[in-house]
Amino acid sequence: MNTIASLNIGEIGYISEESLEIIPLKLLEMGCLPGAEVELIQQAPLKDPIYICVNGSHLAIRKETAAIIQILKSEI
Amino acid sequence: MSKNDIKIALIGNPNTGKTSLFNQLTGLNQKVGNYPGVTVDKKLGKSKLSATQNAIITDLPGTYSINPTSLDESIVLKTLLKKDIAASPDVILVVADVENLKRNLLLFSQIKDLEIPTVLAINMVDQMNRKGISIDLSLLKKELNTEVVLISARKNEGIQDVKEAIIRCHVVAKASPLCGINSKIDPDYFENLKKISPNYSLYELWLMVTQNNYPDTITKEEKEKLLSFKKDVPKLKKYQHKETIYRYQEINKILKKTYIVDKSKAKDLRSRLDKIFTHKIFGYAIFFLILLIIFQSIFDIASVPMDFIDGIFAELANFTRNSLPEGVFTDLLTEGIIPGIGGVVIFIPQIAILFLFIAILEETGYMSRVVFLMDKIMRRFGMNGKSVIPLISGTACAIPAIMATRTISSWKERLITILVTPFTTCSARLPVYAILIALIIPDTKILGFLNLQGLVLLLLYALGFASAILGAYILNKTLKIKARSFFVIEMPNYKLPSFKNVFYEVVEKTKAFVFGAGKIILALSVILWFLASNGGDEFKNAEQTVIAKVENQNLSQEEIQQRIASTKLEKSYIGMLGKSIEPAIKPLGYDWKIGIALITSFAAREVFVGTLATIYSVQADDEDTTTIKQKMASEINPDTGKKQFNFPVGISLMVFYAFAMQCMATLAIVKRETKTWKWPLIQLFGMAFLAYVSSLLTYQILS
Repeated sequence: MNTIASLNIGEIGYISEESLEIIPLKLLEMGCLPGAEVELIQQAPLKDPIYICVNGSHLAIRKETAAIIQILKSEI
Repeated sequence: MSKNDIKIALIGNPNTGKTSLFNQLTGLNQKVGNYPGVTVDKKLGKSKLSATQNAIITDLPGTYSINPTSLDESIVLKTLLKKDIAASPDVILVVADVENLKRNLLLFSQIKDLEIPTVLAINMVDQMNRKGISIDLSLLKKELNTEVVLISARKNEGIQDVKEAIIRCHVVAKASPLCGINSKIDPDYFENLKKISPNYSLYELWLMVTQNNYPDTITKEEKEKLLSFKKDVPKLKKYQHKETIYRYQEINKILKKTYIVDKSKAKDLRSRLDKIFTHKIFGYAIFFLILLIIFQSIFDIASVPMDFIDGIFAELANFTRNSLPEGVFTDLLTEGIIPGIGGVVIFIPQIAILFLFIAILEETGYMSRVVFLMDKIMRRFGMNGKSVIPLISGTACAIPAIMATRTISSWKERLITILVTPFTTCSARLPVYAILIALIIPDTKILGFLNLQGLVLLLLYALGFASAILGAYILNKTLKIKARSFFVIEMPNYKLPSFKNVFYEVVEKTKAFVFGAGKIILALSVILWFLASNGGDEFKNAEQTVIAKVENQNLSQEEIQQRIASTKLEKSYIGMLGKSIEPAIKPLGYDWKIGIALITSFAAREVFVGTLATIYSVQADDEDTTTIKQKMASEINPDTGKKQFNFPVGISLMVFYAFAMQCMATLAIVKRETKTWKWPLIQLFGMAFLAYVSSLLTYQILS
């Protein structure tokens, strides 16, 4: 299963609808919504944390969080 | 504050230019307390809205939503839920970033549902053209059902419009909700919630349930009913998620009609800068280079004004002594107060430079990149990427640094950060280090450009960081606290620092520091002077004793006077105190005079220099008023006949000051932030023990 953590730098994914209840509320509020486009901008060493752009917000999150948010490689 | 003043709460996402707007609205008319006894939660400022109307503006911490995940954000919730009636706002001013309006409107939509009159200020509109953004303002006003103003806070544009909008908004005392949370999610559920009380808006009741936070005015009966809604936790969580999604849907609908972005124009500098600043190798290299530059300039640039200030105070004491008649009052001035104040003023340059750099790092958005780079490393030591900010700003002062830990949501990570922050080399240690380095390290350059003294200082900073990290590692292993760690940080756009914001920040912080520490130092130097110039019978008879003793020796008048002065100091109250602890500190290489300075500097480290200055002034010949450094350099250890401040003693002292917890203000703030005396006491005794043992080892090995 593809998650945000499996993206490569510059790659784009779309957050899947199934992730809705798993996404922490805080991330949801910051724009990490189902259906939203996610781009991986940068990774710290060991791919943790990662720096993403989602829904116009530029955020850094940890790998463990990124690994639970499922994505699709093409738009729904 | 007069009764007619409008109370305004200023709210917004972090990095939206909230501080710029606050500064524009209030000027230097602000009040912040950084020291114990003063409430620090909020920044207040007074603003003149019109010829007849003033406002009191509360600057609340930046937040993405009113559902708090950190202490910082819960302050916003508490203010809005009217926990504190006096602070409850008449009008809320929401600041939003034009570039990320969608996310900024989430917070706005929540606030609007509280049914308090709200003004939306969309900031950074000067960027609109460059980013390809256009807004239909009149339609947006209608859709959001509120006053909307376009501003550019940095360029001071639209500020007058904000003021007028606030006055208009204030007249319409009641406001209507924007989204309303009931209809789409579960109509029956929210209908029942609303029935609990007519005194609160539905959204307020919902916040009470989800955040477990109640206003003082709530009745027991109402609270019980609200608690029954809390039973089904998964349902609450699900509805909170649904609520957020619903809000975004509504916002999207509105923005579709009013907000257009031409994405082809949006490519910018940020991604290019990020490629370097967050790079796996260059990112770290740049970070350490920046640290190196900061610490080199603290020593290099600041030394010029510092020598100047030192000289001025020596002159001032001289001048005062020569122009005033001899007497107790003159002594108090020249031996107590003037050297005491000099001890504070002298390191204003260093503090200001440090605060300047930190303000610039935060203003430009670079600090978030450091958090990103350091998170993984800090996590190994039980901290959080966000702990980097307190650890870096701890180099200025531990007090604001400890308050900066409020953004860390995990209690364990936050506690560890609070406990180890005092290890970082704060500016109060600087005068101690500066004077000792100047005494024992030669002023030479190595490799042609690195100042050796600066390099030693850098090593001391490294020692501070290393002990903080090591301390955190040990605490992480020993503290048995279960806390879920969660981490998310926004990477804001790079910005040129605004001169005004940086200037205010530096003035504000330096002022707070000088007056906060200054009061303690001034009081202590007066007490010290008194204790050093008074004593028991032995003190009073010192003159006769010395004369009787040296009768047969062939001493000059000058030497006899000097003997009398030092005997007097030794027999004074402070001398007795110093002598009593001498056995304990002798193995560390210190005499009783240094012992006195150690005791007084448990109040605040920087007192060390002032104390020695006072002691040596009392002891010195009346006509001989030199600078602090000269006094220390000429101090002779009577046991060895050599210089008191030699290499082993200097290093041992620096090690002592690196580890010891000598700051009452920090202890008080730790007590306030952890809500118990347990942690500050552990800090005090643990760090004192560490300081003693390490200095002992240092001195014994080096000498």
